[in-house]
Amino acid sequence: MRYALSEHLAVLLTEAGILCKQLSGHPPALHIPIEQWITMAKLAKEAQLRLVALWATQDNDGFSVHAAFARQDHGYALVQTSLDANATGFPSLTSHYVATARMERIIHDMFGLVPTDHPDLRPWLKHEHWPQTTFALRKEFSAVTELARTEGRYPFIEAEGDGVYEIPVGPVHAGIIEPGHFRFLAVGEQILNLEERLGYVHKGIEKGMEGRDVFSGARLAGRVSGDATVAHSWAFCQAAEQAAGLEVPQRALMIRAVLCERERLANHIGDIGAICNDASWVFMHMQCQRLREELARMHRRLFGHRLLMDCVAPGGINNDTNIDDVQLLRIQTRAIADEMLELFDTYENHTPIRERVIDSGNIKAADAASLGLLGYAGRSAEHDADARRDAAYAPYDQYPPQIMVCRGGDVAARLWIRFQEIQESARLIETLLRNLPDGPVQTQWQTPLETSCGFAVIESWRGEIALWLRFSKNNLIDRCYIRDPSMINWLGLELAAREVPVPDFPLNNKSFNCSYSGHDL
Amino acid sequence: MKIFRKIIRTGLITEPLGQAEQKIEQLGSKLSEAVRRKFRGSLAIRMVDAGSCNGCELEIHAMNNPYYDLERFGAHFVASPRHADMLLVTGPVTRNMETALRMTYDATPDPKLVVAIGECAACGGEFGCSYASLGAVANVIPVNVVIHGCPPAPTDIIRGILAAVDANST
Repeated sequence: MRYALSEHLAVLLTEAGILCKQLSGHPPALHIPIEQWITMAKLAKEAQLRLVALWATQDNDGFSVHAAFARQDHGYALVQTSLDANATGFPSLTSHYVATARMERIIHDMFGLVPTDHPDLRPWLKHEHWPQTTFALRKEFSAVTELARTEGRYPFIEAEGDGVYEIPVGPVHAGIIEPGHFRFLAVGEQILNLEERLGYVHKGIEKGMEGRDVFSGARLAGRVSGDATVAHSWAFCQAAEQAAGLEVPQRALMIRAVLCERERLANHIGDIGAICNDASWVFMHMQCQRLREELARMHRRLFGHRLLMDCVAPGGINNDTNIDDVQLLRIQTRAIADEMLELFDTYENHTPIRERVIDSGNIKAADAASLGLLGYAGRSAEHDADARRDAAYAPYDQYPPQIMVCRGGDVAARLWIRFQEIQESARLIETLLRNLPDGPVQTQWQTPLETSCGFAVIESWRGEIALWLRFSKNNLIDRCYIRDPSMINWLGLELAAREVPVPDFPLNNKSFNCSYSGHDL
Repeated sequence: MKIFRKIIRTGLITEPLGQAEQKIEQLGSKLSEAVRRKFRGSLAIRMVDAGSCNGCELEIHAMNNPYYDLERFGAHFVASPRHADMLLVTGPVTRNMETALRMTYDATPDPKLVVAIGECAACGGEFGCSYASLGAVANVIPVNVVIHGCPPAPTDIIRGILAAVDANST
């Protein structure tokens, strides 16, 4: 994990006259006074740092607000500021970083701290039927509190004018998908605005983490978003291992990467099929579903779980692989990658699908960079962010992936990136398996010191996951913050939808495929 | 032309009744028979995610892939609860989905069979009951059949659908 940016940012802030203190311990973090929180964000924006995450914690003597930044060539930096126990708010960073808007609304919902000068303070995860004074992430709030139901109304954005109408969709959608609400403002077929209303699957994951031990926490982390279970458990374990100062055996790290890349294969293949299905091209859907099922069956056979849940565990992995398994994995990975290459050729030459995906749901490069769009959503619009390279966490420091970036920012570009990433993941899996060293796959867990923290980023198939945690006494988790890439990429979908007619929305939605569960936590 | 070549070369992979995975064979013929007898050959299913991590959804999707091909047994997914004979419900029911789940249930015509899918729907799973989660689906609406597993495999889900159809006396 690279933290060179931390020193870089410290110099930048000090030169600007900000009282910047380097906190002791690991991971490296900078502390600045609350009065200079906005100036810090302004400087970070000018230095073209990407905002990774923004979250709050309750400490012994008040609250802290934390921010994480990244830059491709320098890795990551953490900055925090303190609020005393009577504080009612903190300065909002939305004027410099749009992506903080929802993160700050969540802090407002969960801690009752007001982001001052925030342009939109409507509740976000806290739906209208929650009592207003519920602040679920405050320490004095018990996780098992039974909340009273109140009445309320969420004020959606409205529009007036001849022929403008609203289309409310959800939370229960028409397909086999997660729940969320979309409010379209449309004229004829053209979407004027899409407003997302999320939070329906908020099940209290962050609160539920508090007081768990590390093994129970890892199981919960594996269920933040079922389709990215490997990446989420890995992020959790990496942060916990960092806090405990634990060295994970190289063999375990490499198998983690193999599993994570296999997860990327499965989801990319499944989604390519599903996107084509939304444009009525059933052939591709059936081919891709078939390949995805073959991956799942192999996972069941070798690792005991079709989706690879609970394979990554604190200290290493739960299932070792023998030499025959390695051979099977390699052969299947190659065979499936070759089939996808063939299907890519078919796709490229199939005019009906090309007409639907090209120039649909465009994201401008400047918008992708300014929002900090992650994964294929960002990289298909020239925004080059990939935690495997930027954080250079093991084993990707030794086996770096080739990062695919392209121009366009439309559904076709998002599809293209994913076709390419399938090939690159297959190459990585083969390389990792060829070089898999012998040795143990587990290190004995050791109890971390009280207040020790960890920060991890993992490039899931969807994009960068960021996770920060802090331990309390007796191996228990004091606070765990999780930022799924969907937290940022949902904003991208709102932008993309402004460019498309209503019937093309499902196509676009699928091309982003954001997680509701990962966002709502 | 390439498409046709690929289709022909891929061939029929749907696991036929009579060989391959025994489970699908036996389950499938039983399900077709029950659907034919009790639903005149067509069982309409509406899927409702009441708070899952989306793991169960992946396995419900998988039932429609060419290996399992649920539709050949007469069961198919519909877009509205008003068209549905059966609801498949996943997830611990979140507080924020409670009303939507009740409304969906109310909108479903009789016999409105409910199959709770996965550990969370069965008992709250890893999320349990909290300020944000009401736990099992049965805490909110009546449930006919519960399928355990995190997530249950496609064959387990097919078995649950069959159990619900079998037990239905209308």
